Amino acid sequence: MKISFTLNGKPVSCDLPSNRRVVDVLREDLGLMGTKEACGTGECGACTILVDGIPRLSCLMLAAQLEGRDVTTIEGLSKSGETLHPIQQAFVEAGAVQCGFCTPGMVLATTHLLSENPRPTREEIREALSGNICRCTGYQKIVDAVELAAEKLTEKGETA
Amino acid sequence: MKVLLPEILEMLWEVWEQNPGAEVYTGGTDLLVKLREGVTWPPALICLERINALRQIWEEEDTVVIGAGTPHTALIRHPLIQVEFPVLVEALKVLGSPPIRNMGTLGGNIATASPAGDSLPALYVLNAEIVLTDAKGSRTLPIHEFITGPGQTGLGPREIITGIRLKKTAPYTVSRYEKVGKRKAMAIAVASLATCLRLSPDGRIESARLAWGSAGPAIVTSPEIETAMSGQPLTPELLRGLIPAVEREVSPIDDIRATAVYRRKVAANLFLRLSGISEGGASA
Ligand SMILES: Cc1cc2nc3c(=O)[nH]c(=O)nc-3n(C[C@H](O)[C@H](O)[C@H](O)COP(=O)(O)OP(=O)(O)OC[C@H]3O[C@@H](n4cnc5c(N)ncnc54)[C@H](O)[C@@H]3O)c2cc1C
Ligand code: FES
Ligand code: FES
Repeated sequence: MKISFTLNGKPVSCDLPSNRRVVDVLREDLGLMGTKEACGTGECGACTILVDGIPRLSCLMLAAQLEGRDVTTIEGLSKSGETLHPIQQAFVEAGAVQCGFCTPGMVLATTHLLSENPRPTREEIREALSGNICRCTGYQKIVDAVELAAEKLTEKGETA
Repeated sequence: MKVLLPEILEMLWEVWEQNPGAEVYTGGTDLLVKLREGVTWPPALICLERINALRQIWEEEDTVVIGAGTPHTALIRHPLIQVEFPVLVEALKVLGSPPIRNMGTLGGNIATASPAGDSLPALYVLNAEIVLTDAKGSRTLPIHEFITGPGQTGLGPREIITGIRLKKTAPYTVSRYEKVGKRKAMAIAVASLATCLRLSPDGRIESARLAWGSAGPAIVTSPEIETAMSGQPLTPELLRGLIPAVEREVSPIDDIRATAVYRRKVAANLFLRLSGISEGGASA
């Protein structure tokens, strides 16, 4: 089945089995390895992508559902593609990355949170990231990173 | 297995006619997990997410109609739902996690008919009516008639849920949903309780609506307990006196999440906690 959508700002068109999981399309067919898969059943958030700006789980979406959508993966977050996005930079600076497996999902969930709520409380951050599991950091530094990212973005007068 | 995405209902009936063994899904948060587990493997899937008519919320006189394909996040944020049906909002806020609520839909939660489905106790308390539609037309069933057992519904062949009808009532003083699970996000309920109470200025219960989730093969309601509460002041003594009735009404099971004995205890404790509610306390 021919499927056309926007991926990280660029139009793509590919021939895919309509029942292929979106996480497999991204990783295996399009070579974008930033999107991770851990549980495959919606529990962990490692496979989070933004579809029309909203966090969705790519392990629970089928290729046909991509038609016409605007998809952002971690690879597309930084507009230049070279320097890190301020949210990614904040995760690095706050020490919120250990093995890094949860990080793309965490960063994309944060992107959506800060686009709606530029200065969230720690409680709001925890709630917004409650679908993303991290087995390394104990979450404190991730919450610190989101606060730092909020500061960076509001200082610059940018939105996520 | 092909995946079809009709955009209007007429197209749905057509593609379903051409693919008679197809199963439908909307958010996919239940169905795609089942596919992965190999519980089901239909020859085709029909995704309902692009059918706009299933994502509308509108009013018909004293009734609000919710399109079955409305995602939970949209319902939680909808001003009309917040004002008229806070108990439903409270329930959906603790369903799954943010991405699950962005994808999962009210129709999907009802069709799954799990005794742990978080929208269900709220919908029972609100006397929801389920609108079912097939190529020939629509019919409406009260939710307790639509859900016939764990995972069992009155859905006919090539029929879908198109809407959920909720009658607006005089506002309740208390609307709340509490669930006990193993962790905060994404925990499937060990037991839960949806409550709507109308209290008089002197603290007497004018009317009470209660529904327990995960406390039996179906959602548990109890006209006996509701009647016994009405006219009484909301006190710990009243609630304690009704605990034997609560323990009689629920019929929980043992499973991997909890034993029946523990579930019965939690169902009773959730009921006792209602005495901590003061007037106006929407969700203590
Ligand atoms: C990680 C995780 C956590 C979860 N946590 C919770 C939780 O805490 N509480 C809870 O209640 N649920 C939970 N769920 C289950 C699920 O998210 C909800 O039941 C959700 O509301 C299902 O909606 P959906 O649109 O995704 O359903 P789908 O997966 O699309 O469909 C589910 C079933 O309903 C049928 N169906 C869907 N739409 C219609 C329709 N319009 N008409 C007729 N049949 C239809 C499908 O054929 C299928 O059998 C969780 C799921 C996951 C993966
Ligand atoms: S891999 Fe998708 S949620 Fe875990
Ligand atoms: S850094 Fe390892 S899972 Fe989060």
